[in-house]
Order: sequence, then C-alpha cells, then structure tokens
Amino acid sequence: MGARRGGWIVLGLALAVLASVWRLDLIAALGAGRDGLGELLRFVARFATPDLAPAFLATVGQGALETVAISLIGTLLAVIGGAALALPASGRFGWLARSAARFALNALRSVPELVWATLTVLAAGLGPFAGTLALALHTSGVLGRLYAEALENAPPVPEAALRDAGAGGLAAFFYGTLPAAAPQWIAYGLYRWEINIRMAAILGFVGAGGLGAQLYYALSLFQEARAATLILAMLLLSLAVDALSGVLRRRLAG
Amino acid sequence: MTAIRLEALGLTHPGGRVALAHLDLTIAAGERVAVIGPSGAGKTTLLRVLGASLRPSHGAVRVLDVDPWALSGPLLQGLRARIGKMHQSPPIPPRQRVITAVLAGRLGQWSVWRALRSLIYPLDVPGARAVLDRLGLGERLFDRCDQLSGGQLQRVALARVLYQQPALMLADEPVSALDPALARAVTVALNDDARRRGATLVASLHAVELARSEFSRVIGLRDGRIVFDCPAAQLGDADIAALYAGAAATPAMPEASPVRPRLTRCA
Amino acid sequence: MNGAQRDPAARGRATAAVLALCVLWPLLQVAQFDPAALFAPANLATIGGFLATFVPPETGVEFLGLLAAATLDTLAIATAGIALAMAIGIPLALLATRSLSISQLGGRSRPAGHVIRGAARVLTLVLRGVPELVWALLFVRIFGLGPAAGVAALGITYGGMLAKVYAEILESTDPAPARALLAAGSGRLAALGYGLLPVAGDELVSYTVYRWECALRASVVMGFVGAGGLGQLMDQSMKMLNGGEASTILITFLLLVMAADAASAWLRRQVA
Repeated sequence: MGARRGGWIVLGLALAVLASVWRLDLIAALGAGRDGLGELLRFVARFATPDLAPAFLATVGQGALETVAISLIGTLLAVIGGAALALPASGRFGWLARSAARFALNALRSVPELVWATLTVLAAGLGPFAGTLALALHTSGVLGRLYAEALENAPPVPEAALRDAGAGGLAAFFYGTLPAAAPQWIAYGLYRWEINIRMAAILGFVGAGGLGAQLYYALSLFQEARAATLILAMLLLSLAVDALSGVLRRRLAG
Repeated sequence: MTAIRLEALGLTHPGGRVALAHLDLTIAAGERVAVIGPSGAGKTTLLRVLGASLRPSHGAVRVLDVDPWALSGPLLQGLRARIGKMHQSPPIPPRQRVITAVLAGRLGQWSVWRALRSLIYPLDVPGARAVLDRLGLGERLFDRCDQLSGGQLQRVALARVLYQQPALMLADEPVSALDPALARAVTVALNDDARRRGATLVASLHAVELARSEFSRVIGLRDGRIVFDCPAAQLGDADIAALYAGAAATPAMPEASPVRPRLTRCA
Repeated sequence: MNGAQRDPAARGRATAAVLALCVLWPLLQVAQFDPAALFAPANLATIGGFLATFVPPETGVEFLGLLAAATLDTLAIATAGIALAMAIGIPLALLATRSLSISQLGGRSRPAGHVIRGAARVLTLVLRGVPELVWALLFVRIFGLGPAAGVAALGITYGGMLAKVYAEILESTDPAPARALLAAGSGRLAALGYGLLPVAGDELVSYTVYRWECALRASVVMGFVGAGGLGQLMDQSMKMLNGGEASTILITFLLLVMAADAASAWLRRQVA
C-alpha cells in the first residue's frame, strides 16, 4: 500500500466520522447534555449507594438464578442444535444438505439474540423460557459453524478405518471422529456460555426474564440505587461464570 | 473353501498408472500368506482390493466366497465386518481410551444402540482384557491412547483386530514402524490367532525373514504382477534377490529405524 | 493376569451425571422450560399471525424512506461511536501500557506510575464490564431517546474494549525500539510514534475495523432500548405486530451486516 493511498483512506474515514456527527446532530445533543450536566451528575451520584436491603437482595438473587438458568439451558440447547446442524454442514450428507445447513446456520447467527427474543416472546409468552429460546437460536448458529469447522479439521482416517471394518455411519462417527472434535466442542460451548451469561442478563429488556427485566423496571422508575445493585450483580455473575467455565474447561477438555 | 479368488484382476488408477495387472490368485481358508516386494509394487493396493475397500477396474474378485461389488450397501458392510484390517499407523484417535479402541473392533457386528451404550459403560471389559493380556497390555486397559508408545499403540490396533474375530485378516505393513523384537512378537501373535481360529491371514511385509519363518506361503509382488508364489519352506534366496534386483528401495530400509507413529494431542 | 474388571472411570461419570441432573432439573424449572408453551393455541395464533404478515415485505415508498434514514442513522451511530471509543480508548491504553513507562527505565519504579496504570486498568474493566445495552439504557435517561445515547454507550463500552486490546497489542510488540527512544530522552508520544506504531500499527487498525463491524450490529440492538437507528424502527414494527415492516427491516439488517463484513474485510486487506 502506498503512503498516498493510505492517506486517502484516512481522509475518507475522517470524513465519514464528520458526516456521522453531522447526520446525528451530535453537537446539539451534547449541548442538551450540558444543560443537564448538574442533573447528570446527580443521576450518577445516585448510583453510588446500591440498595442492599435484604428483601431486595432476595429478589435480585431470584433474578440472578433465573439469569443463570437462561444462560446455561440456552447454551446447552445450542450445543445440541449446533451439533445437529454441524453434521450436515460439514458435508457428511452431500452438498445439498451442506448448503441448506450452512444457510440455516448463517440465518440463525446473523439475527442478534435480542431480535430473536422479540420473536420468542411472541411464540412462548413473556418470561425466561423466551429468553432461553432466543439464546439457543442465535448460539446454535454460532456453535454450529464452529462445530462444523472442528469436524472438517478432525483427521478422517480413524472413522474411515471403522467404516472399512463394517461399522455403521453413526457408530463410526462416535468412535472415530467425535473423540478428536469433542474437546473443541466443549471448549467452544463453555466459551459461549461466558458470553451468554452477559446476554441473558439483558434479554429481560424485551420481556425475556432474568436480571434484565428487573433492571429495565428499576431504571424506568428512576430507582437508581436498585439499578446499581442489579448492575453489580450482573458483573459478579459474569465473573463467577468466567471462573467456573475456566475450571470446567480444564477438567473436561484438557 | 476359498477365502480369496482373483481372476485376471487389474486395477488402473484414474491417472492411468497401472497398480495391478492381470492377477490370478487363489487363497484357501486358513492359509497364512505373506506378500513381499519392493516399494510401489502394489502391495497396499492388492490388500485394499482383498479388503473390499477398493473396486478393481478389470477382472473378477471373490472374497469369502462372494463378489463384494455385487452386494448392496448393508450386505457389503456385513462382509467388511468379517474382514479385520491392520494398517502401518494405527487409525486410533489419540484421546480415546484403550478399551474403547479395542471394543470398536466389533462395531460392524453391534447394533448402533449397543455401540452408543458401550460409550457410556464399556460393554465387554473381560473380552477386551483377555485380548490385551495376550499382547501384554492388560494393565493399560483404561489408559488413554495418547499415553502409549508407538509400539504399544500398534498392539492396541492388533488387539482391535483380534477382538473383531474376523474370518479374514489383512495386515498392510503392520510391523514396519516397530523395532525388530516387537515386529516379531506382533507377527507371531497374528499368525497364532489365525492358526487357532482357522482364519485366513494376508500380510504385506518388508522383513523377508519374518515372512519366511512365520507364514505358510509367500507371494512376491513387483510392478503389480506376481513374481513368485510358493510355500514359505521352498522360497530360495535367489527368488528374493530377483524380486528386489534393481529396485530403488532395499528390503530392510523402512524398518532400519523404528519410527513412532505421530500422535497429535488437541489443545 | 487378574486385574480390575470394572471401569475405574464409571464412578466419576455416574457422579458427574447425577450432579448435572441435580443442577439442571431445578434450573429447568427456574427457566420455566416448557416446549408445550410453543404449541399453546394462544401463542401459536400470535406468532403464526405475526409471521404470516412477514410476506410480502413492506415496500411502500414512505416506509422505504424511513428505512433508508434509519439505516443511515445506524451506520452513523456505529462510525461516530467507534470514533468516540478511539478517543477514550487510546489515552487509556497509553496510560495502561508498560512499554511506554519512563519510570521503568533503569529499574527505578515510581509509585505514581503504578497508581496511574492501575487506575487506568480498573477504569477499562468497568467501562467494558457493563454491557453496552445497559449503558444505552442509562444514556437514554440522560440524552433522551435518540442516537446520541447509542453513540455514548458504544463509545464507553468499546472505548474500554479498545483500551484493553490496544494495551495488549502494544505490550506484546517488541519494546526495545521504544525503550531505546525513551532512554535517549524522547517523550512518550515520540516513542510511540517511532518505536511502537511501525510494528503494531497494522494489528491496531485491523482490530479497530473489526470492532466497527461489531459496533454496527450493536447499534441495531441498542435501538431496541430507544437509541435510534434500525433497531428502534424494528422495535416499533414488532410492537405493532407489523410483520411486513419487520421483515423488510430484518432483510435490510442482514444485507447491512453482510456489506459491513465485506467492507471491513476490504479495509483490513488494505492495511495488511
């Protein structure tokens, strides 16, 4: 790349930023924000004293448990769904099944969890089950693609040798290829669980249960102290899941 | 009863290279045949044809009294389940446990449910253990294969074939990655098993001495043709010299240094 | 030989299975896991009726105009958000990275340097620890409904992420040239420009472009809490159960993501 070409790209990007600022009228918004600067500071200050009343903490605990349940079960469903789609997507059942599975995976993956949640809320009613389904749908797409790659990268010889010794397709897969792919499948699943615990905490914004529903409620009612507690709970939850997932990863995929 | 009958059999690779040319060969049930010859003679191709893995381009092949390529898919798999195969490097996933790798020998005979159930709890611990005991590996039954040495892993692959109890055993260079003492032990174990069960054994070998001392019949193969085919006792040094004369590879070359099969561990 | 005839792993597997059941069963209850709910007549009618209106997608001129404006807004939010994130992330990264520490030269360690680095790291952690959607919700309270909240939320979260990754990239590049410059008396910025950037520049740019692509998706999602752009439009259509509009928006979104994918791949090829 010539320096001149690089210069043009930088200039183009700078213009894009300026155009964006102009398009969104951000300067005016900043002015509006400054008018409310004192208001803003008071707003932030109210977060400094989290609500730690036992009764409220019990509610938060319930929400946290629900969030854990949504993330864990959503991820487990996605592991199953991803594995089911990865088999055709890795080309085992011919190119037609492969293209169809890849298309399905792309569609599942491209739609964000929150958008899925708006649909699953309609399909399953308000509540954690809708959140679980939304996570499962999006994550199936993500995991399915990774799982298919792991299958394609697994050495083909062990399974071929078993087929050549008369084994059926499914048995040969379980004895020949899965042992090579399983550690990666597990590691990817745990890694997605770490992401999904964060996602599960906010899916409640569209009515899909968990801590997010409580946070949305607290912020709508200007209960900043409660909101602060809920945000803290989200942070702690994601740290705890990171640690647990790390332990499991070493035990299961080592 | 014949285990194998080839008539005017030929195999030409898609590129036009002739791997096997006009072979006529009959092997009776219970024979123990060694196939020797320089590299590129067509030994592997021949064994793959005998194992119903590779379809010949001309001629007729009958394995265990049937024509494999006239069979439907399930029947062909049924035939393959009666043929045990050993390869130069053991086709075993490194992270699998020894017991699972051995029990996989019967996958062709088990229903899929039996196969899956055995992954949860091994179905036939005594059976797998008995086979491994014969090879001196009984204590490693529940170890993972990536903890074994190359020689131990090849014996696990042998245990898998013995556990399968096939009517026909095909071994493609089964011992060329092993040191001489282990190579002899593995060859002896294959022959003992075949003798005991009356099974047919066909093995390709680099080690001419092993072929002479352990097998009942030796076939010399070169450039896809049979050069000689005689009882092991009648095989003369002149035959062997003629077989390898001018060939690029000397017969002893590959096993000069025991190579360990490569084991990769996934992160 | 007469050894163990039982699988020694069986006890562990059984324990793990029982434990997993003991954890999963209550969690299934908590998550109100109930596939039958999907087939409850009321739910089937709602989602079925909604999905049925997805075809044909809405193509009215007025709506397409709205859609184009919202798409532009989304692009602008992502771009302005990343610019803000760089403005936040670059100083934080420079404060947090050890490679540009003058005090570490010659083994002298000033406590002030440690404190500043530590503070920068904690701030980074807090900025990216809270999901962007939560930040967006907070900023909607401050700036009111509209794209400004989205830009601010993106700037904050992605600022934290950029700071962390920039610092990691800078620390993983060979520090010798920068050290030499610092030891020769040049300032931190000069050491950065002449010592570190020539080596790490490509990686920094490529990561930023990748983040811009993520920002595009995130800005759509943030629209659902009122931060403008395509997401807000989609939220409105969904709430009104207008399937035709929703499907047009979804298609636009998928095309936008694919285009961003291609654009970011092209930009990264230009630097690589």
